Amino acid sequence: MSNAIQLLRFITAGSVDDGKSTLIGRLLHDSKSIFEDQLSAISKTSEKRGMAAVDLSLLTDGLQAEREQGITIDVAYRYFATPKRKFIIGDTPGHEQYTRNMVTAASTANLVVILIDARKGVLTQTRRHTFLASLVGVPHIVLAVNKMDMVGYSEDTFNTIVAEYRAFAAQLGIHGVTCIPMSALNGDMVVEHGDNLSWYKGAPLLEFLENVVIDYDVNTADFRYPVQWVCRPQTQEYHDFRGYMGRIESGDIAVGDEVTVLPSGRTSKVKEIVTYDGNLQRAYAPQSVTLTLEDEIDISRGDMFVKASAMPQVAKEFEAMLCWLAEAPLDLNRKYIIKHTTRMVKCLFSRLEYRVDVNTLAHHATAKLNMNDIARVAMKVQQPLALDHYSKNRFTGSFIVIDEATNNTVAAGMIA
Amino acid sequence: MSKHTFTHLDALESESIHIMREVAAECKNPALLFSGGKDSIVMLRLAEKAFRPAKFPFPLVHIDTEHNFPEVIATRDKLAADLGERLIVRSLEDSIKRGTIVIKDPDKPRNPYQSVTLLETIAEFGFDACMGGARRDEEKARAKERIFSFRDEFGQWDPKNQRPELWDIYNTRVHAGENIRVFPISNWTEMDIWEYIAREKLYIPEIYYAHKREVIRRGNSVIPVSHLVQPKPGEKVEVLSVRFRTVGDMTCTAPVESTASNAQEIIEETSTTRITERGATRMDDQTSEASMELRKKEGYF
Repeated sequence: MSNAIQLLRFITAGSVDDGKSTLIGRLLHDSKSIFEDQLSAISKTSEKRGMAAVDLSLLTDGLQAEREQGITIDVAYRYFATPKRKFIIGDTPGHEQYTRNMVTAASTANLVVILIDARKGVLTQTRRHTFLASLVGVPHIVLAVNKMDMVGYSEDTFNTIVAEYRAFAAQLGIHGVTCIPMSALNGDMVVEHGDNLSWYKGAPLLEFLENVVIDYDVNTADFRYPVQWVCRPQTQEYHDFRGYMGRIESGDIAVGDEVTVLPSGRTSKVKEIVTYDGNLQRAYAPQSVTLTLEDEIDISRGDMFVKASAMPQVAKEFEAMLCWLAEAPLDLNRKYIIKHTTRMVKCLFSRLEYRVDVNTLAHHATAKLNMNDIARVAMKVQQPLALDHYSKNRFTGSFIVIDEATNNTVAAGMIA
Repeated sequence: MSKHTFTHLDALESESIHIMREVAAECKNPALLFSGGKDSIVMLRLAEKAFRPAKFPFPLVHIDTEHNFPEVIATRDKLAADLGERLIVRSLEDSIKRGTIVIKDPDKPRNPYQSVTLLETIAEFGFDACMGGARRDEEKARAKERIFSFRDEFGQWDPKNQRPELWDIYNTRVHAGENIRVFPISNWTEMDIWEYIAREKLYIPEIYYAHKREVIRRGNSVIPVSHLVQPKPGEKVEVLSVRFRTVGDMTCTAPVESTASNAQEIIEETSTTRITERGATRMDDQTSEASMELRKKEGYF
């Protein structure tokens, strides 16, 4: 066992009314991550707005526009630490039009906390948030049944909500959801257990966040190494040095291992694993390293090193789940650019299979895609890509779509 | 993975290296902003880890307000020389001479004017990407900024119209004249920086460590006496043991009282401090709740 502090990235999903900002404020406050000057700033603002107590939700309101309107308009990142772990919170708004923000924040998260108002139970938006979390493959889901103080801390109410939620989650193939009753306002079950929910035997939220096992969130089996940059110092000392720089996205690699370079299919053996801190015998995801090979073969950025024992699919045509992020709808007549790992190529959408209603999960035939729409599509790309199913590999199963005219990121895609 | 110890610092480091390599590979003419402050010194080490044994595929650039602490400027020059990397320095004084910056009082803080010289430098060299050592934990507006922050022709940031940033796939594309600011250490906190300085044994300016200094008290702040800041009638000069948590413009950067004389002692102090980094030290951020947001919209980092 090592006592190394790990990094856990999580997001919260729920509307302003569910007490999401209050929950984050409570986590920061009770874990002593709020500083005096921050507290004094929000105390002043709370007073100005005529509030009786300090409004912890003000901590997460960043921009002037938001403060004026009292809303959260974009993804904000918060940081706090306990002696056990470092945490990065992606704070996402719960408004309907912001599906894209939740997908964005969820794409890098290990865990999502889905908030429910205990008085309201499982709502349409709860289903939507859960579907999006499962679509983006967030490995761990916590259901926080908040505002338990408003329902007399009733165990029955909690159990009813949990049963309904679990039944819904099972339809999406999600099992092992952790459900926690809480009152973020009063601090019950956030950092401390509190006295009001003594019937609940599980751990408070923070304790769960500190202990949930995340080692296996990355694919440890299939070696994937997209080449980012070819290093050729061309100095006296490193005259013939040719290093392939990149990050191991999954699996591991050792000196002497045979690698296949995709898409060419040429093979060689790893000669050295070079790092600034000295050469390694073996390296693991998600380390950034430099590999040198025994043979001189033509390799450039965008190529991917893999092992023959675990090959991805190399294809020019594939299907994917797509979340459309741009205001301008998808134009089926146009070519776009796809960025997959370190490779950018032109692409075409050859077919829209169906659109998913994120509220009912029903599939509908569709001829167009608008902002926040999620659909299954068939695509063609100009050059072959080394692809994995997204459910097997978040790094080699994902891509973004860029509009060449505006250079905007217009869609997020997952190989399915 | 279980056999391999991968700490939070390793995770942050690997992410930053990955970001820098993406910039080098996809941007035509990038630069790394380097001031000699602690965050940019961490950036320098990350660049070494990303690109050695080769030279950096970009120059170092500093926008000098001429209000910097001499120890910081000396460190800037020493580190750039030690690494054998190219350092470009452009000064606010140049913009003042050109007439593009008009200042009323030469001794007042100059941070608001930095954007002008930065944009002029970007235009002079045609940089399409500038990497900076800003962190999201520093300030509310930074918390909402992307790692790859797209700027229009005027260098302006539009917080409501940011490109979505998914997974670790960064969109680096810009049209001619536009550029991006890239923040490879977005996800680092002040504590992470100090832990990394300790782990990597990084050389940083001496003024980050506790030292005796002449200061005066104004309001809640302790202000260092310098050629730019002299006591007004009635103000008393005290000698205190202080250190700087940030090293910016000498006229508006306040030290904190401290006896921490090395990185480890600063880590201990940082873990018990009750005031944020900027709250304790940057008087210009306290002007209004939106100071940083407004500066960023004008092209600031």
